[in-house]
Amino acid sequence: MSLPTTTPRNSGDLPMRDKPRQLPFPLSIYQSAVGKKWVMAITGFILVGFVLAHMIGNLKLYLGLVEHNGALAYDTDLYAEALRELLVPIMPRLVVLWILRIGLLGALLLHIHSAYTLSRMSLASDFKYQGKRDFLAANFASRSMRVTGPIVALYLVFHLADLTLGFGIATGEFVRGDVYANVVYSLGRPVVAIGYIIANIAVAIHIYHGIWSAFQSLGINNPKYNYLRRLAAKAVAGIILVGNVSFPIAVLANIISL
Amino acid sequence: MSTELNLTLQVWRQAAPDAPGSFVTYEAKNIPDDSSFLEMLDIVNEGLIDNDVEPIEFPHDCREGICGTCGVMINGRAHGQERATATCQLHMRKFSDGDTIAIEPWRAAAFPVIKDLIVDRSPMDKIIQAGGYITAPTGTGGDANDTLIPKEVAESAMDAAACIGCGACIAACPNSAGQLFTSAKLWHLNSLPQGQPERFTRTESMVDTMEQFFGACTNHGECAEACPKEISLDFIAYMNGDYIKAKIKNRSRSSQ
Repeated sequence: MSLPTTTPRNSGDLPMRDKPRQLPFPLSIYQSAVGKKWVMAITGFILVGFVLAHMIGNLKLYLGLVEHNGALAYDTDLYAEALRELLVPIMPRLVVLWILRIGLLGALLLHIHSAYTLSRMSLASDFKYQGKRDFLAANFASRSMRVTGPIVALYLVFHLADLTLGFGIATGEFVRGDVYANVVYSLGRPVVAIGYIIANIAVAIHIYHGIWSAFQSLGINNPKYNYLRRLAAKAVAGIILVGNVSFPIAVLANIISL
Repeated sequence: MSTELNLTLQVWRQAAPDAPGSFVTYEAKNIPDDSSFLEMLDIVNEGLIDNDVEPIEFPHDCREGICGTCGVMINGRAHGQERATATCQLHMRKFSDGDTIAIEPWRAAAFPVIKDLIVDRSPMDKIIQAGGYITAPTGTGGDANDTLIPKEVAESAMDAAACIGCGACIAACPNSAGQLFTSAKLWHLNSLPQGQPERFTRTESMVDTMEQFFGACTNHGECAEACPKEISLDFIAYMNGDYIKAKIKNRSRSSQ
């Protein structure tokens, strides 16, 4: 029988990764994982705000045709045109829209980059249990963030091709600017409609954990009001889920039709 | 009146850090249900020694739930199924006769197995060395109650200081992140007047050291569930807030 008398010192003493050389101040925040989580939380809030506003804007689909300058027009198309003409007497047409788009794209890229690098860091730090292990607090939403995230990103690409740019999976009837008709033609295809429903469920699951997690990452914490963080996550994710899933169903059920 | 249990153990056996490990099944016969989990392992080890089998190496020291040495994954849960209980305070009466119990060491890339159930937790020491202290002038002690501390602040600091550094939070974390441990150690000092002079250098230095060894927090909350001292997730939020403040404050200090 042999017992160890000295402890072999190996990786326990040596860092897994070296501390990076410090960049100048605002960039140095992004060099740390805690700082990356800040960026992920702030960009996440921006993106959730966009998704919520996008869903509310889409509710115009239910208004159908309205009278505009003496002629009938789809309210959704008027809304889309209004977005292009945001602040128009002050700013040229499309400029504000493009500023918003570039801002959103920047937020999205930062969100994806921080998620990617932090996932790499965590996967490298983890050592899987060889036996079974129980999860007590981690829920489906929190454990599937690295799955729902890429699903949402993929969905975004298809969605832009389908209804903004009009190529790839877009219908043959796609006409730039005829938002209402494009939506009806696209979601009239049952397979596409089901794809939208599945993707929007992934969006809601991602947002549910994301909102709660973002409060925590930003250090927004007051034990007296902390129950509101879960509540806010449930409410926003629920509203976005119900709103967004209703559109493909309404098109399939002919509630939204030409 | 104590009854006795007969159990089947599946224990992770690994001879050395680089040796291959595997689960080995042992029968644990006639275990009094008054014994603690560690005492159960003692009884099993006595049987193994009698049969000339090398006993199971497992981490333990005070056996009263305050030192943080013990800690193994029991049936897939850190410190077993009881809430707010360290392995040494887990009693066999919580199990039933005939149970199969799987015992595995803490797992994290920064926690290499030394032998069997014992892992090297020195990265946690490195985090403490990076700032888990205050610098106080020595000499005559100050008068008692010199520094007034609001009751709520003292309670909060005390809740954070309850951390025994067992590593269950890191072991339970799917990312092997050290946030709960580091934030408890930070809040213990950062919330008190004595900790203020070094608050922001401490925060930056301890977080940076933590990130050299452990993963990134994704706010699962597994750590707080696993914690034998019920350390709250709130401390992680305080740490996240302090870290960004530290980045800003330490920057202006360095430019002076």
